[in-house]
Amino acid sequence: MVTVRIIPCLDVKDGSVVKGVHFENLVGAGDPVQQASFYSREKADELVFLDISATIEGRKTMLDVVRKVAEVVFIPLTVGGGINSIDDIEKLLKAGADKISINTAAVKNPSLIEAGAKKFGSQCIVVAIDGKRVASRKWEVYIESGKTPTGLDVVDWAKKTERLGAGEILLTSIDMDGTQKGYDIEMTRTVSENVNIPVIASGGAGTLEHLCEVVKEGNASAVLIASLLHFRKYSVTEIKSFLMKRGVEVRL
Amino acid sequence: MTGIINYGAGNIYSVITAFKKCGEEVFIINNPSDFSKADRLVLPGVGAFGDGIRSLDESGLKIALSGSVKSGKPFLGICLGLQLLFDHSEEGDCEGLKLIKGNVIKFSFPFSESMKVPHMGWNQVQVKYNGKELFLNIPDKTWFYFAHSYFAAPEKSNTIAAITCYGHEFASVVKMNNIVGVQFHPEKSGDYGLCFIKNFLEGKWLQ
Repeated sequence: MVTVRIIPCLDVKDGSVVKGVHFENLVGAGDPVQQASFYSREKADELVFLDISATIEGRKTMLDVVRKVAEVVFIPLTVGGGINSIDDIEKLLKAGADKISINTAAVKNPSLIEAGAKKFGSQCIVVAIDGKRVASRKWEVYIESGKTPTGLDVVDWAKKTERLGAGEILLTSIDMDGTQKGYDIEMTRTVSENVNIPVIASGGAGTLEHLCEVVKEGNASAVLIASLLHFRKYSVTEIKSFLMKRGVEVRL
Repeated sequence: MTGIINYGAGNIYSVITAFKKCGEEVFIINNPSDFSKADRLVLPGVGAFGDGIRSLDESGLKIALSGSVKSGKPFLGICLGLQLLFDHSEEGDCEGLKLIKGNVIKFSFPFSESMKVPHMGWNQVQVKYNGKELFLNIPDKTWFYFAHSYFAAPEKSNTIAAITCYGHEFASVVKMNNIVGVQFHPEKSGDYGLCFIKNFLEGKWLQ
């Protein structure tokens, strides 16, 4: 059986990791290559780099980051943040990314999903959806880093992205993100039940139990983890050992 | 020197870096005349079967590739590169390179919550007798990285070098004479993936 994937997420700004492993001795703390190698050795299943640079110059350095990381780390790399066109996607793939993640651009221009999937294959198009609960069992899609409501229903939008050729959905709960109180299990399960493609759960992990819940009850194929790992609260290996004891299949 | 065939399908960069990491010299094959320089061939590929075979055909690479493989050069097909070796694919109802007998079929499960398509992530590879030299220094049932919606069903079971289970068993590695095909991505499967590439390069599987 295919294992549940544990995916560390690293925020990169102007070529440096700003949210990543908090090394005690700070050596290489902001170096994407060091951080990526560290997680790869810990048996992370994939890595996500989120480019949070605000300038065009900052974005250009992301290509260098990807190139350097891809030379030393041989697990799948996903890059997200500021991708607007087929040209942006192509540049990142040529630099060594395996998948790209699009969020705002996908909502504003859904044909980007279709064109990307046709040109590069569905397996490399991840659509990131930021959802906020608006009523019982109802969630709305937000864009522009969770700031702008779109009027779109999360489940409807997820189904549409699948039809357009998305290979995976990266689903973040705006309500739970940063709270460490657990994932939005209901949203994750509802989306997962309504699409046939894998759903990566994100936002809210504070304990190992939360991860187990979102896999077993939320039917997530993978979990994206940021602060839980970066503050060294747990290592990837510890997370996987815990999940395995709970009967979840992982790669160790 | 390994020639990596560029037919516009997906990302060959990862394959190039992985082979270099294994100490191999690599170059990109863009034209039919490039094949003669290669000691070994790699056909990478992600994306659609139909686009892949059309692109190989239109660039003139298809005939040169078939000729080169039939002449006995060691060949590795990765993911779509494995699927293209077969007679026919359900994806776009297209004919393949017909180097190995069999068809490529879509994963199809009842719309249940647990079986997602594409089959994406790390899954175990169980090595058959025919594949043991390709998996030297790799424990049986090691996890490799997969990302695909279709799988190959070889006509002859002795061409199957390893199997993987996703809903049902399928051939995750095929081997026939000088031809190897892998459904997983060795270039994205960590240290054991690199080990697989080294085994391919060393060529003990050829004897």
